[in-house]
Amino acid sequence: MHNKTLSELSALLHNGDINSTELTQHFLNRIKSHNGNLNAFISVTEESALAQAAAADKQFADKTAGKLTGIPMAHKDIFCTKGVRTSCASKMLDNFIAPYNATVVEKIAASGMVMLGKTNMDEFAMGSSNETSFYGPVKNPWDTERVPGGSSGGSAAAVAARLAPVATGTDTGGSIRQPSSLCNLTGLKPTYGRVSRYGMIAFASSLDQAGPMAANAEDAALLLNVMSGFDERDSTSVERDVPDYTAGLNDSLEGLRIGLPKEYFGEGLDPEVAATIDAAIKEFEKLGATIKEISLPNTSLAIPTYYVVAPAECSSNLSRMDGVRFGHRCDDPKDLLDLYQRSRGEGFGDEVKRRIMIGTYALSAGYYDAYYLKAQKCRRLISDDFQQAFAEVDVIMGPTAPTTAFKLGDKTDDPVAMYLADIYTINTNLAGLPGMSIPAGFAGGLPAGLQIIGNYFDEARLLNVAHRYQQVTDWHKQIPTAFQ
Amino acid sequence: MSLDKSDVEKIAHLARLAIDESSIPAYARDLNNILNLVEQMSAVDTETVSPMAHPLDAHQRLREDVISETDQRELFQSIAPKTDAGVYLVPQVIE
Repeated sequence: MHNKTLSELSALLHNGDINSTELTQHFLNRIKSHNGNLNAFISVTEESALAQAAAADKQFADKTAGKLTGIPMAHKDIFCTKGVRTSCASKMLDNFIAPYNATVVEKIAASGMVMLGKTNMDEFAMGSSNETSFYGPVKNPWDTERVPGGSSGGSAAAVAARLAPVATGTDTGGSIRQPSSLCNLTGLKPTYGRVSRYGMIAFASSLDQAGPMAANAEDAALLLNVMSGFDERDSTSVERDVPDYTAGLNDSLEGLRIGLPKEYFGEGLDPEVAATIDAAIKEFEKLGATIKEISLPNTSLAIPTYYVVAPAECSSNLSRMDGVRFGHRCDDPKDLLDLYQRSRGEGFGDEVKRRIMIGTYALSAGYYDAYYLKAQKCRRLISDDFQQAFAEVDVIMGPTAPTTAFKLGDKTDDPVAMYLADIYTINTNLAGLPGMSIPAGFAGGLPAGLQIIGNYFDEARLLNVAHRYQQVTDWHKQIPTAFQ
Repeated sequence: MSLDKSDVEKIAHLARLAIDESSIPAYARDLNNILNLVEQMSAVDTETVSPMAHPLDAHQRLREDVISETDQRELFQSIAPKTDAGVYLVPQVIE
C-alpha cells in the first residue's frame, strides 16, 4: 500500500478497493513503527487525520471525490496549520499554535488530501543536514548514521521511508532539492512566485519557495497542480494561469537541448557522483536529447552572494519573534530590552543566531552598499548567466549536491563547510528559476540526484524531462530495505 | 576586516540577542569565517550592474483600500505570552 503512486492510490480509492480511513491508518501505523528511529515528524496529527479521512470517505460515498481526495500527505513544519503547533523546528515557536492556515495548506486540504502531521526540518529552514532542529536531527532512511539533507529533511525522510506518500517542502537555497538528492526523491522548487508564500514562515523572502517532494515526477506534478497559483495575500505571488502539470509528462524528448555547465563538474564534486550523473546524461541522449557544454561563469559567486542576501532578509524577518505577541518569552524580564534579548537568546539556536548576526551586520549603518547592494548586483550577474544559457539550451543539468549523504555530526562544527553542500542549488534560488532533483543512481550505496534547471515557469518541461527518464530507469523505485 | 569581541557584542545588541560571554569567541570565529567567504564578492566589478531585488523584476501590486480582514483579536491574543484587557503586556517602559 505504501509503495503505490498517487495515481494508483487514487484508483484504489475511487474503485472502492480501499477507503481513506484504512489508508490513513496504514500510514499512521508506519509512522508509529518508524518515527522513533527516523525522527522525521515533529507532530503527528492522528485525530484530525482520521477525521479528514472520514470526510474523504463521505465524499467517495457522495461521488464528489477528486483525484487526490483521501490520500495522506505531510507538511513541513514551516507551514502554518490552524489549531496545530507550527514550530519551524525552533524552541522559539515550540508553543506556537498557528491561528490560521497557510495558503498551501488550504489548497491541499481543499483537494481532499489528509494531513498526517508536520515534518522535522532545520530550525527556521537554516541548514543543509537537519541537524539544527530543536527536536533533534532526522536520520536518513538509507543509512541512519547519515543526514537526510536539509532543510526539508523530515519531509525527505518521511517520503523516502514511505511514512507518507508525498510531502511539502520549501527551498531557499536548495532545501527541497538537496534532501531529495540525499534521500532518492523527486523534488521540485518552482519559479519564485509560482506558489503562495502566505502562511509559510519567512526565512529569506526574495528566495523562499514551496514545492512538492515525491517518489516520482508524476506524483510531484499532481501535488504541484494543487499547490500552485496566484494568491492576493502574497505580494510576490505571480498572476499567471496554472497549467495541468501532468498533461505533457509523456511528451517526446526528441531534440531537447540539454546544457551542462562546466562549473558544475569541477573541483569538489565526488567522482562517484560525477559518474552517476554522466550515466544519467547518456540516458537522455538515448531519449533523443542533444548535449551541449555551457558556462555559468559567475557560479562561484553564488554562495558568497547567498550568505549576504539570506542572512540580511532573515535578520529582518525574524525580528518579529520578540517574546511579545507569540512564541517563547524568558522568565522574569527586568525590562523591555531584557525581555527581547533573553527571549531571543533562549529561543533561537546557534545557526539561526549566526545568520541573524551576519544579516544585522550587513544591514547596519555604513555597510549596506558593501554587502546587501553588492550582493544584489552579483545576483544580477548570476541571473544573466542563466538567461544567456537559455538562449541556447532548453534545460540545464548537473549534480544536485557535490556528495551523497554525509555522516551526522561531520559538518556541525564548521558552518562554512556545511554551506558548500548547497553549491549547485543556491544560484537557482538567486535567479528565481525552477529546479528539480531526481534519483539518478547510487554512489557507494547511497542515492545521488540529478538536478534539472529550467527557465522561468518551465515547471511542466522539467516534469516531462524527469518523467520520461523515469519511464526508462527504476532508480526512483528503489526503497531502503528496512522500509519496504 | 575582522570582527573582534566588542564587534560581536555590538552586533548581538543590535540584533537584540543575549549571548553567553563564553560563546563570544566561537561566534567571532564563525562570523569571521562567513565574512571571509562573503568577501569573494569583491573580486568582481559590479560598477555598471543594476541590483536585482526580485527575480522577475515585478512591481508591488496596488489594491483598493478596503477592509479585507475580520477582527480576530481574541484568537491572536490567545497565543500571546501575556495579555490583559485586550493589550499585550511587557515590563513597564514609562516611569
